[in-house]
Amino acid sequence: MGMAMMLAEQDPGELVAGLTAVGRGIVYGGAAIGPGIGIGIVVGNAITAMARQPESAGMVRTTMFLGIAFTEALALFGFVLAFIISG
Amino acid sequence: MALLALEFPPISHLIEWPTIFGDGAFAVNKVVLLALISAVLVFTMYFVAGRKGQLVPTGVQNFAETVVEFVQEGIILQTMGPEGLYFTPFLLTLFSFIFVTNIWGIIPVAQMPVNARMAIPAFLAILVWVIFNFVGIKKQGFFGYFKSMLFPPGVPKALYILVTPIELVSTLIVRPLSLAVRLFANMLAGHLLLVSFAVIATALFEATYVGAVLPGGLLIALTGFEVLVAVLQAFIFTILAAVYIGGAMHPEH
Repeated sequence: MGMAMMLAEQDPGELVAGLTAVGRGIVYGGAAIGPGIGIGIVVGNAITAMARQPESAGMVRTTMFLGIAFTEALALFGFVLAFIISG
Repeated sequence: MALLALEFPPISHLIEWPTIFGDGAFAVNKVVLLALISAVLVFTMYFVAGRKGQLVPTGVQNFAETVVEFVQEGIILQTMGPEGLYFTPFLLTLFSFIFVTNIWGIIPVAQMPVNARMAIPAFLAILVWVIFNFVGIKKQGFFGYFKSMLFPPGVPKALYILVTPIELVSTLIVRPLSLAVRLFANMLAGHLLLVSFAVIATALFEATYVGAVLPGGLLIALTGFEVLVAVLQAFIFTILAAVYIGGAMHPEH
């Protein structure tokens, strides 16, 4: 039995709901790629800085959280967008 | 055939609560009630702590002074410098209020972070937006503020075609939007995570008993993680507000 036959037997509403769910997954997954890499770079470099100069750890930590907050915003936009999408 | 009775409730069931009393725009439901309790709680704590003003602090005053010191040392002096201490009351209230509204997410019976609805994060972000623009216009003058915002010095003249629209959108639109969405989405995500693990643990407990150990244990661990998120989001919101106000106070040179 072909894919088209299977789809033809389906209720169209069900198909739309399924594709919406797939779309939501793709939107959030896609939005998480860049910020994931970005936060890794931010935190990695902050740890390097703290290990080299432990006395400046306080300042580095504050700046690290700032960097994380700016980077993370993009992933969260994707998270919210995934809920906004409807079939 | 469904092996487990895994019925995940729709999102609207998790964050929309029925009205307790009142109607129209002034209807009060659980979220509104918790927000009001938080406001009263924060006000009472600082009122009681500040009333006596003992030299050697005890009890509530001790705790309040720790928070004040954290906001001054950890947030204001790191980002705005000594003249930012003028904004201590505002940033302190912001930090305390956001923390208390967040922590409702893990308090039994309440179990609803108030900031998982968009209204309060949006209002707080608009408040910060109004204040940093007001401070910028007051300190640098109307044209001076927009000049330093839209035409940052040290950029080649031709690039202003590209830089100016980006700066305009990023300062006036993306800043408040990302401030509100960051708080809202973090709290909503935490709430959904806890609900998901609670639903999975319940379904597995009903089906197998032993299977619930892993998701149940993770649920407890995630509840602890939510405490961290509540503090961190309050901290990040406050520190970004401080950075925006500090940036408006000093023109870039």
